[in-house]
Amino acid sequence: MTAVIFLIFAAIAVFCGISLVVQTHPIASALSLVGVMGSLAVLYLLLGGEFIAAAQLIVYAGAIMVLFVFVIMLLNSGAETPTFQTSTFVKYLGIVLLVAFLGLISFIIQAALPKTEGVVFGGFQGTAADVGRKLFTSYLLPFEVTSVLILIALVGAIVLARKEI
Amino acid sequence: MPNAVPLSWYLILSAILFGLGVAGFIFRRNIITVFMSIELMLNAVNLSFVTFSYEFKQVDGHIYSFFVMVVAAAEAAVGLAIILTVFKNRATLMIDDVNSMKY
Repeated sequence: MTAVIFLIFAAIAVFCGISLVVQTHPIASALSLVGVMGSLAVLYLLLGGEFIAAAQLIVYAGAIMVLFVFVIMLLNSGAETPTFQTSTFVKYLGIVLLVAFLGLISFIIQAALPKTEGVVFGGFQGTAADVGRKLFTSYLLPFEVTSVLILIALVGAIVLARKEI
Repeated sequence: MPNAVPLSWYLILSAILFGLGVAGFIFRRNIITVFMSIELMLNAVNLSFVTFSYEFKQVDGHIYSFFVMVVAAAEAAVGLAIILTVFKNRATLMIDDVNSMKY
């Protein structure tokens, strides 16, 4: 069952990822990215990351993508016009080489990884309580530095988007 | 079909998504799409973190990917503000047209 769910959502993620790269209109790319993030959230749940799956949906698929779609609509960004022509031979050669490259990477990962028992749903549960406890004890300093980073980004975004610059 | 998913499948999926992000970053001409490709790469790395977190039965990987999310949010806010400013000054979103630092 875990393998079936994994394969379904991995296929959706890869399909949406390819769609992100080949679509010419930014809105279509943004929707594909939402698809990738949603299916990745399901995969995080399979891996026992409840908190991170929720954060993925709320922060990535929610906040960041809304920001992207907002800017795309604000700038009225149209479809991208191709600036250079590629021959069909180069295109098909590129696809073949890409598949060969990914196959090589898969082989290396398979060979380099020691044999483990694999992932089953419920094999590990990183609950929000565990994550929070670790975040506020071992990772307290990075967490506080993060708040400063957010403040800097906030001020920077406001300064950059002002009228007179 | 076996019930357990091998760990390598997750890592291969992560590698594929990262490769797609790199391809989009290189081949797209629209600044916003290039930016979205970067987000795709960050997501792929997050998947690796959470996978290893499962393998070692520790939540540290979740915390790393949480920090990556925070940095991505900050980066998206500042980057989109920069894109707005570029569009205001140049009236274009194509990265080939924003090349005055090149010559």
